[in-house]
Parts: sequence; C-alpha cells; structure tokens
Amino acid sequence: MEELSAAERDTGTVIATRALTKRFRGGQLAVDGLDLTVPEGSVFGFLGPNGSGKTTTIRMLMGLIEPTSGSAQVLGRAMPRSTRDVLPHVGALIEGPALYGFLSGRDNLLRYDAADPTADPRTRRTRVAAALDRVGLTAAAGKKARAYSLGMKQRLGLAAALLQPRRLLVLDEPTNGLDPQGMREIRALVRELASDGATVFLSSHLLDEIEQVCTHAAVMARGRLITQGPVAELAAGARGRLVVTTPDPGDAARVLKEQGVSDVVVTDDRVTGEPPDADRDLSEVNAALVAAGVRVRGFGLERASLEDAFVALTGEGFDVAG
Amino acid sequence: MSQADETAVLATRSAPAAPPAPAVRRLWTLGLFRSELTTTFRRWRTLALLGVLAGVPVLVGIAVKIETSDGGVGRGGGGGGAGPAFIAQITNNGLFLVFTSLAATLPFFLPMAIGVIAGDAIAGEANAGTLRYLLVAPAGRTRLLLTKYATTMAFCLVATLVVAVSALTVGALLFPLGELTTISGTRIGMGEGLLRALLIALVVAASLTGVAALGLFVSTLTNSGIAAMATTVGLLITVQILDQIPQLHAIQPYFFSHYWLSFADLMREPVYWDDLTRNLGIQAVYAAVFGSAAWARFTAKDITA
Repeated sequence: MEELSAAERDTGTVIATRALTKRFRGGQLAVDGLDLTVPEGSVFGFLGPNGSGKTTTIRMLMGLIEPTSGSAQVLGRAMPRSTRDVLPHVGALIEGPALYGFLSGRDNLLRYDAADPTADPRTRRTRVAAALDRVGLTAAAGKKARAYSLGMKQRLGLAAALLQPRRLLVLDEPTNGLDPQGMREIRALVRELASDGATVFLSSHLLDEIEQVCTHAAVMARGRLITQGPVAELAAGARGRLVVTTPDPGDAARVLKEQGVSDVVVTDDRVTGEPPDADRDLSEVNAALVAAGVRVRGFGLERASLEDAFVALTGEGFDVAG
Repeated sequence: MSQADETAVLATRSAPAAPPAPAVRRLWTLGLFRSELTTTFRRWRTLALLGVLAGVPVLVGIAVKIETSDGGVGRGGGGGGAGPAFIAQITNNGLFLVFTSLAATLPFFLPMAIGVIAGDAIAGEANAGTLRYLLVAPAGRTRLLLTKYATTMAFCLVATLVVAVSALTVGALLFPLGELTTISGTRIGMGEGLLRALLIALVVAASLTGVAALGLFVSTLTNSGIAAMATTVGLLITVQILDQIPQLHAIQPYFFSHYWLSFADLMREPVYWDDLTRNLGIQAVYAAVFGSAAWARFTAKDITA
C-alpha cells in the first residue's frame, strides 16, 4: 500500500485510489491509471459521459470488480480485501435500483437489510420503516415493487442505501428517471446527508446537478481522470466571457477589438468575447465603449459554468461517449 | 480471523486522518437464510413447480384406480408389467403410491425442479441486478453462496416431501391402507411402513444434492438465469440418456443419477445397503467437487451485472 501524502492526511480522505486500472477480458481498457482523492465530508461529483468508466470505478470501489492493477482504499482500508469491514459503513446505489418485483417495497428492504451481517434483526422493521419514511415511500410500502414507477424504484434503491447510518454514500446517477420535483427532493436529501457528516460520492452526467450540490468534482473521459478539485476552482479554470448588450453592436464589436478583446461574436444586440488580460480593468473597456458613443445597455462577465470548464478541458461536447 | 488482523495492520500503517472503518461486529444469525427461504417460496415459479410435483401422485393414483376398477383384482406383489417400481402393489396398499410416485418423479420431475431453483440461484440475482446490492450490503460471497446452497437443499427436501405427502393422501383416499409386503416377501406393519416411507423420502432428497451443487456451479458461470436453468436441465437429460447406453457401462457408476433408484432397497428385509451408500457417496462427491468449483468461481468473479 502506498503512503498517502501529508496533505491528504490533513484533510482526511474517504476514497483514495492509486493508478487504479481495469482492463476487461476482452482487452477493453475501462479505467486507466486513476488517482482519485475524495476528501471527508465533501459532496463529491463524479462526472463523465456515458461509457467513460465511472461505473467500473464505482464497482471497483465497492469490491464488485477486482482491479487489474493499482489500489483503492475506502474509509482507510484496502478494497476489495476489506469489503466485510468497509461496506457496512457505505450505502450504495449502483447503476440504478434493482428490486425483487414480486416482493413489496417493504419486503425488498427487509431482504437487503437481512443481507447485512451487522444489522440487528430485532430492529430490522424499525430501520426499514425509517428508511421508507425518509424517501417518502411509506404510503406505497405494501405495493409490489414491479408496480412501482421508475422514480419510486429509484427512491426505494436510495432507501436501501440509507438503512443504516452511513459514513459514505455512493450514489450512481441518483436522479435518473425522476421528475423535476423528485430531483429537487433528492438534492435536498443529499445536502441533508452531507450536513449530517456523511461524505457523498455522486456520479452524474448532468453538469448542472453537480454544480448545484457538489463541493468537489472529478471529471473522467475515456477511462482517464481529466481533473479533480473543489467545484469553485474547476469552474474558475475556465474564464468567463465578456457580454455587452447594446443597440449598436457593430460599433461595439470594433471598439472591443481595439481594447484587446478576442474572439468577438455578435448575435443580435449581444456582443460577446474573451476578455483581455486579467490585469486590465474591465471598467476601462466600458469607458472606452461609452467614449466611442456606443450606447451600452448591459455590460458584464458571464460566469463560467462547469460545462465551459468541461469543454475547455476535453475540447469536446459533453455528451460524446468515450 | 487472520484477514481482519491483516487489514487492521495495513490500515494503521497508512492511516489517513479519516479514521479507518472500525472492524464491524458481525451477528451470526440465520437472517439471510430465512430471507432466502421466504423469497424462494414466495415466487410463483416455485409454487408452480411444487404444484406440478403434487399433481404427479394424483395422476398415477387415478390412473391405477381406473385401470383396476373394472377388472377388480390387482396383479399382486412383484407382478410383471411396465411402469415405475411398486405400481402393481398400489391397489393392495395405498402406501405404495408413495414409493411409486417417488420412483416416477425422481428420474426427471424432481431433478428438473431442482435444476430450475439451483440454476436460478446466482444467475437469476445477477440477471435482476439484485446480486450487486446483496454483495454491497455486504452479504459476503461465501456466505451468500452457502445460503443459496442451503436453500436449494431445503427445496430438495420440501419438493420430495410434497410428492410423498400428496401420494400418501391420494393413496389413503383411493386405496386401502394396512400391513404391507416388502420386496423380500416379509410383512411389516403400517407404522413401520410409514417410517420406511419417510426414510425413503429423505434418501430421495439426499439423492438430489449432487444435481443441486451442479446447478449452483452452472449458475455462477452466467448472468442469465434462463441459460443456467436450461444448461442444468440439459445436463440432467444428457446424463440420464447416457446412463441408458450399455456401451458406456464403464463410466455409468460415476453419473450422479446412476444409483438413484437404489432407494427401493430400503423396502428389502433386511435393507440392502450397498447401492444406497454408493448413491449417497456419489452425491457427496458431486456436492464437494461442484460446490468447491462454484465457490472458486463466485469468489473471484467480477460482478458486472
């Protein structure tokens, strides 16, 4: 086992992988030399297009798949060797919920709870009832799971992950199949879990979802880790664009070019461009516009989104499968 | 647990600030086994299989009743004629319907039902995706496999008892009960007859443990429950056919089904144990070999479903 660096020791690391690699028997390299560090207490967004290796990584972290090489530590212990000690502290939703259709929602949870050797059978029903309540399924608990909608199945899967107090929650695409109201509820739940002190590892291909709830993020593409860090830093890596709203777009574009703004694009009354060097005060650019007689209706920097950051990092659209 | 000690040492050596997961206290309960039993027996498929098995003695009983009602006279003990063992004796004593029904279902119906349950054990969970959630619960691979095998064995016993009880009920309704004649010609009382019937049912259930282990092994090879069931039942049919080909007599004693019908020897006076023990020995060997193979395969398998 490699030693963790001092910085990681200070912050506390819940998931740490070193050169984690998985090559499937067909020769396909699903995960390639992954060095992932998930700080304790973070809501960690794990981003990447479909097929980028997110789920294979999660399966290796959960001890379902043996890495070809490299190592993975979860809660300070090596996986997959320590599954029996680590996994009782981990709640997981992997690649969507999987249920016994012929059992009721409640019986599904009773079965998953019975599978956990650390779960006390005497308090099983209480735990199941609390988990059902937490995801808002109490009323539908007696219904057969096959009659559930996709959103209800997703909630039941979440309830299974929440049967015990967990130190780490691994949620793979938790809002899949939910309506906007359901998505909001899940995000609220994630924030609530995080405020209770749990670390939440959230994979998604929805950038705005990550941006809304996550404190940290990592981006994967084609099995490799492209970047990781606090969300604010990642978004800051991509610079915002200068936006000028004006009834005189032609003049404005000319003046902006003179002022060192590059990549100027005119669409109707909006003129956008890459702002000049960081040390140049943008108020001077605005003054120059006004001095040239350009009527300015709006002037400002459009904040870079994580999506901009992603495009800047990969040089491609987000939904391209790796 | 040397494994737990080892990981504890490792965790100390490279401990990050986040305290490593404490070694958890495992409760040795039968919770998973109970859950597995109720899950298995609440499936419509399981109930349908048991229903078919319960129907066989009814059909045999009615057929025998119709055939003998006009002639009026049974053919008597040991009489010739086709059909499963003991069929000629049913009209004299309803208890023989138990032996006949077990002899009729053991070559195919019973092992086929076991093949379905065993084949579906792991592959069916993989197919439904529930396997990954059981394993991250964490059920533990060895524990889950043992639970699955124990449940399959429990099903062997239940299936055999369903046939036996159904046959006993039908036999009592349609035919007289009372003293019976053993294969050796001696007569035993009804009480001892019932005891022998129970013993035979247990031996028949034990005869199925080899198929159960084979089915469980096949089940660890694929993520398709249907494929695992079909393969297990296919193997069963193949072995049954090969067991009928005289040129293969050299290898036939090693087939799991070769000594199945030896349970009839329990109806001899005194009991003839040679084939019975051979049968149970073969079942133990199959259970050990395929059980180990299933364990080796399942504990090293990448769960991608």
